[in-house]
Amino acid sequence: MNVRPEILLLLAAMGVVTYGPRWFPILFLSGKRLPPWFRAWLDFIPAAILSALIFPSLVTKGTPRTFLLWSPELMVALPTFLFALKTRSLGGTVVVGMFLYWAVGIWG
Amino acid sequence: MFHLFRQGLKAAWPICLGYLPIGLAFGVIAGNFGLSVAEIGLMSLIVFAGSSQFIAVSMLHAGAGLLPVVTTTFVVNLRHLLMSSALADRLGKVSRPLGALFAYGITDESFAVNTARFQDEDWDYGRALLVNHISNAAWIVSTMLGGAFGRFIPEGGLGIDYALTAMFLCLLVYQLRNRLHVLVAIVSGILAVLFALWLPGNAYVILASVPAAAAGAALRNTLAREKKGPPVEDPS
Repeated sequence: MNVRPEILLLLAAMGVVTYGPRWFPILFLSGKRLPPWFRAWLDFIPAAILSALIFPSLVTKGTPRTFLLWSPELMVALPTFLFALKTRSLGGTVVVGMFLYWAVGIWG
Repeated sequence: MFHLFRQGLKAAWPICLGYLPIGLAFGVIAGNFGLSVAEIGLMSLIVFAGSSQFIAVSMLHAGAGLLPVVTTTFVVNLRHLLMSSALADRLGKVSRPLGALFAYGITDESFAVNTARFQDEDWDYGRALLVNHISNAAWIVSTMLGGAFGRFIPEGGLGIDYALTAMFLCLLVYQLRNRLHVLVAIVSGILAVLFALWLPGNAYVILASVPAAAAGAALRNTLAREKKGPPVEDPS
């Protein structure tokens, strides 16, 4: 259970640069009356970020990344997405997605 | 109090489930690269950002020094700036220490869950904070377990590797509130794929979502003006 001092220093520095971007917007923006165009932009940010996180993980692979038209991830994503659209159940979607991915792994 | 905790747990369990395989994998790799279990736990506590932790340990293993690792960490985690901005708008007025405490737990996953909850339930600071910290605890524990016992754990059991993707898919569905949101999501997704193919790292998250969200806001403004309504409809 040892922690080397140079590792601790590195972790502290990583912690500071990671915490900054997490904190500054809350520090400076929360409770402020933001301009309407900025609020409109922020309103679209969650949909944009989620989509930007999901799409590349479905159709690209490897480093450097290459395009993949038909991956198991994408094949499972389509019915999982439809299930989410139909039921709007987060827990159900997670279980269905996991099951389908597991099934594709067995038969694929 | 117990009721509050149960609500937080109910919202956070998909995150915990998703963190388990990733945390275990991280623990195994970090352990193989020479980090002690205590160092792994401290990194998960102090940094608490999955992908940047993977990148940091592989850079360390390749002999990189402090400055390159810290700079890379900064760039990889810069996307939290956007999430924190969007959450600041929904949190409303919070005291400085409470805001600082909340900021610590902002990750892709807690951001996604909390924005969905803020949108259509009576979600508040306390519940959102619980989601952050339950996820944080799950991350710390699973990375340390990976470091300590990772070699004995079978890989890819029960499709658990797909838990976070499935969770993100459902949370995306929650965000598709009207046609403009669908359009923004499609544009952002396509841009993200193009940037991901073009550039290494995860800059694609910011590069795709900033212009896509701006296009959505601009389009909404134009449509509102055509209808001669107020210039911009106030988002919920």
